[in-house]
Amino acid sequence: MIDFETPVLKEYPIIPLIQPGAMAHSKPYVAKQDLQEKIGFPGELIDDWQEVAIKKMGELVSKSRALMVFLDTCVKCGACTDKCHYFLGTADPYNMPVARQDLFRDVYRRYFTFAGKHFPKLVGAKDLDKDMLDLWYSYFHQCSQCRRCSVYCPFGIDTAEISMAAREILNTIGVGQKYCNEIIGKAQTIGNNLGLPEPALADTLEGLEEDIEEETGVKVRLPLDEKNADILLVTPSADFFAEPHVDGLIGYAKVFHAAGLSWTLSSHASEASNFGLFIGSYDNMQKISMRIRDAALELGVKRIVFGECGHAWRVAYNFLNTLAGPFDFLDQNYPIPQNISEVTYDLIQRNALTLDKSANDDKVLTFHDSCNVARGSRMGDVAGGQFIIPREIIKATCNHFYDMADDTIKEATFCCGGGGGLLTDDLVELRVKGALPRMEALKQVVDNHGVTHMVAICAICKSQFSKVMPYYGFEMDQVISLHQLVGNAIVLNRSE
Amino acid sequence: MSLLTFIFTLLFYAATATIVAGLAFKIRLYAITPTPLRIPTTPAPTSLSGVIARLFFEVTLFNSLFKANKWIWLFGWLFHAALLFVLLRHLRYFTDPVWGWVDTIQPYGKYGAFIMVFGLGGLWARRFLVDRIRFISSPSDHLMLALLVGIGLTGIGVKFVTGTDIVAVKAFFLGLIYFDWQPMPSDWLLSFHLVLVALLMIIFPFSKLLHAPGLFFSPTLNQIDNPREKRHTSSKSASSDNRG
Ligand code: HEM
Ligand code: SF4
Ligand code: SF4
Repeated sequence: MIDFETPVLKEYPIIPLIQPGAMAHSKPYVAKQDLQEKIGFPGELIDDWQEVAIKKMGELVSKSRALMVFLDTCVKCGACTDKCHYFLGTADPYNMPVARQDLFRDVYRRYFTFAGKHFPKLVGAKDLDKDMLDLWYSYFHQCSQCRRCSVYCPFGIDTAEISMAAREILNTIGVGQKYCNEIIGKAQTIGNNLGLPEPALADTLEGLEEDIEEETGVKVRLPLDEKNADILLVTPSADFFAEPHVDGLIGYAKVFHAAGLSWTLSSHASEASNFGLFIGSYDNMQKISMRIRDAALELGVKRIVFGECGHAWRVAYNFLNTLAGPFDFLDQNYPIPQNISEVTYDLIQRNALTLDKSANDDKVLTFHDSCNVARGSRMGDVAGGQFIIPREIIKATCNHFYDMADDTIKEATFCCGGGGGLLTDDLVELRVKGALPRMEALKQVVDNHGVTHMVAICAICKSQFSKVMPYYGFEMDQVISLHQLVGNAIVLNRSE
Repeated sequence: MSLLTFIFTLLFYAATATIVAGLAFKIRLYAITPTPLRIPTTPAPTSLSGVIARLFFEVTLFNSLFKANKWIWLFGWLFHAALLFVLLRHLRYFTDPVWGWVDTIQPYGKYGAFIMVFGLGGLWARRFLVDRIRFISSPSDHLMLALLVGIGLTGIGVKFVTGTDIVAVKAFFLGLIYFDWQPMPSDWLLSFHLVLVALLMIIFPFSKLLHAPGLFFSPTLNQIDNPREKRHTSSKSASSDNRG
């Protein structure tokens, strides 16, 4: 692993001057043959890769209006150039959204447009050669697909769509990323990203039940594969054991318990996360999604609820109905699927939970909007509900809450730096540097308001922050789950 | 028919055919290309009227750009607003009798070109001065601005410096429309202006100028945020109904 310097936290964010090549060395490990083949891609770089890649590119563009329009319409206005956290943290110009897109667009122009075929120099069209392939592998794995750039582009150009397509092309010619593809393989065969089999999962849940009972004196259940439960909870597998995720899971269990809702986890669909999204693979994304449908049918549930996870919620909210629907066998009186935060918020609105805010008095809180919740989905029934609901839950469960600066939250939120399939140790430098804008915003509220903890609603954000916060002088346990707050504040009825 | 008239007659038919056919082809392609998944970007409206309002403000006010960068917004918006004004004003060369409202904007319209060139100048300066934008600019980006500045400056020249026989110009263009060809006044500055305009029309459907129709087809901007209420199906997903 190369040494690198953690960026200094500045008082005011400054747009860096470009430093070409600053992150050219950043590349995740390449997936080995068996991982690739397991999820339907060639094991290693194929011989006629160039031809196949270009063919795939044409096919992808012809099947996606988004790609086609995005590739045509960019006017190179530069509005997006200072919007990416990876650019702000690394100063590498290829981390400017438009420059990242251009790695793809220049090749597209070369092979598919009149101007690029005949006047490549004029329009900056480039051949897909080995150097370009290396640039692709490097810089399309420096995009967390957070969509921040899309909010500021006058044409809504979403670099995430382009890096997903690029990764799919890379996979098609045998150059996959180890971290993502390994996880997709596990999710498809075992049912979760960790490869946690049913007995181990059952064990873990039992252990958690004991912990809760020890701590509260109340028997709160965490049921697994319970037929005819009303609610199937699908949650990121990190919730089963990682810190601070697990406290979130305990929080969900307490909410269900306190509200008297019948629920279950499934060992078949023991994973909310869907890494098929990150590699732009419709087929893989659909396969993982179908496990949820199958589990819901098998268990005979009436509702599907998702735990705290950003990209999982994007896939669930926006794609699940398309990928694995229609869900006409579920109770139509509830949104399908629902987010745990929506469930909790509803209960709070109806005064169905007894909450003691003072239980969180040892903390001063701020909230990190996860990119995939903020810009990839919604909660509740009004536009912007994804910003309102988590904040209302926080305010209902604690006394001290301060938002970070306006241009770093809600639709303008900065990615944690670990999303989009980059949450791996071989990309630590990128992850640390990409966290810079969020760390700067956090430092401000820490200095001005004495904030002690940052609340997150995404498994990736939580893991990423626990890892990178110490680099910036914070403690790893300063990031906590939203439902940890709820779990702390909820007053359980002992007589039950 | 003089050689000059012959050349310009052909040129404008060719340019018109290219821009019309080219745009029709592109717009049709955008329209028939599937959208496999719902990908609206925040702030995403939850209704059709919301989407219409969103697109309206994106087109008229460059809403997102305003959030992103005030300088680009200022120069870009001034340029486009002035361009629109100038184009509307030019309608009087193609209509007879001239529509009343075109006459109304006429006295102000002629200054539009100055604002247009000012806006373009600002945008162009950024391509040299801001290192990030310098990095993403290719020769075609500079040439596009040069072309538009060229059109603006020659237009100003024709209008305010050399002057031209407007009645003859109008006769020439009406002649093109009604296939009753009239002589093109021989005026080198005007010819230069018109060559540049024809060039712009020809490259329109092959260049980033496609951003004008493209904006309306951008799925992140034009999709309604209601995936849970309404199952989105298109292409691939439509054929793989999971029922049964
Ligand atoms: C629906 C109509 C249109 C909309 C909504 C629109 C919108 C925009 C926006 C938001 C930008 C980026 C900001 C800027 O650089 O100005 C832009 C750039 C540009 N537009 Fe348009 N536009 C439209 C029509 C046109 C037309 C008809 C032309 C020319 C004939 C044109 C020429 C340009 C050029 C050359 C640029 C790039 C400026 C640069 O190099 O920085 N646009 N447009
Ligand atoms: S903001 Fe949009 S149009 Fe402007 S350079 Fe970036 S991607 Fe291109
Ligand atoms: S999607 Fe996010 S990470 Fe990717 S280029 Fe845009 S801002 Fe950067």
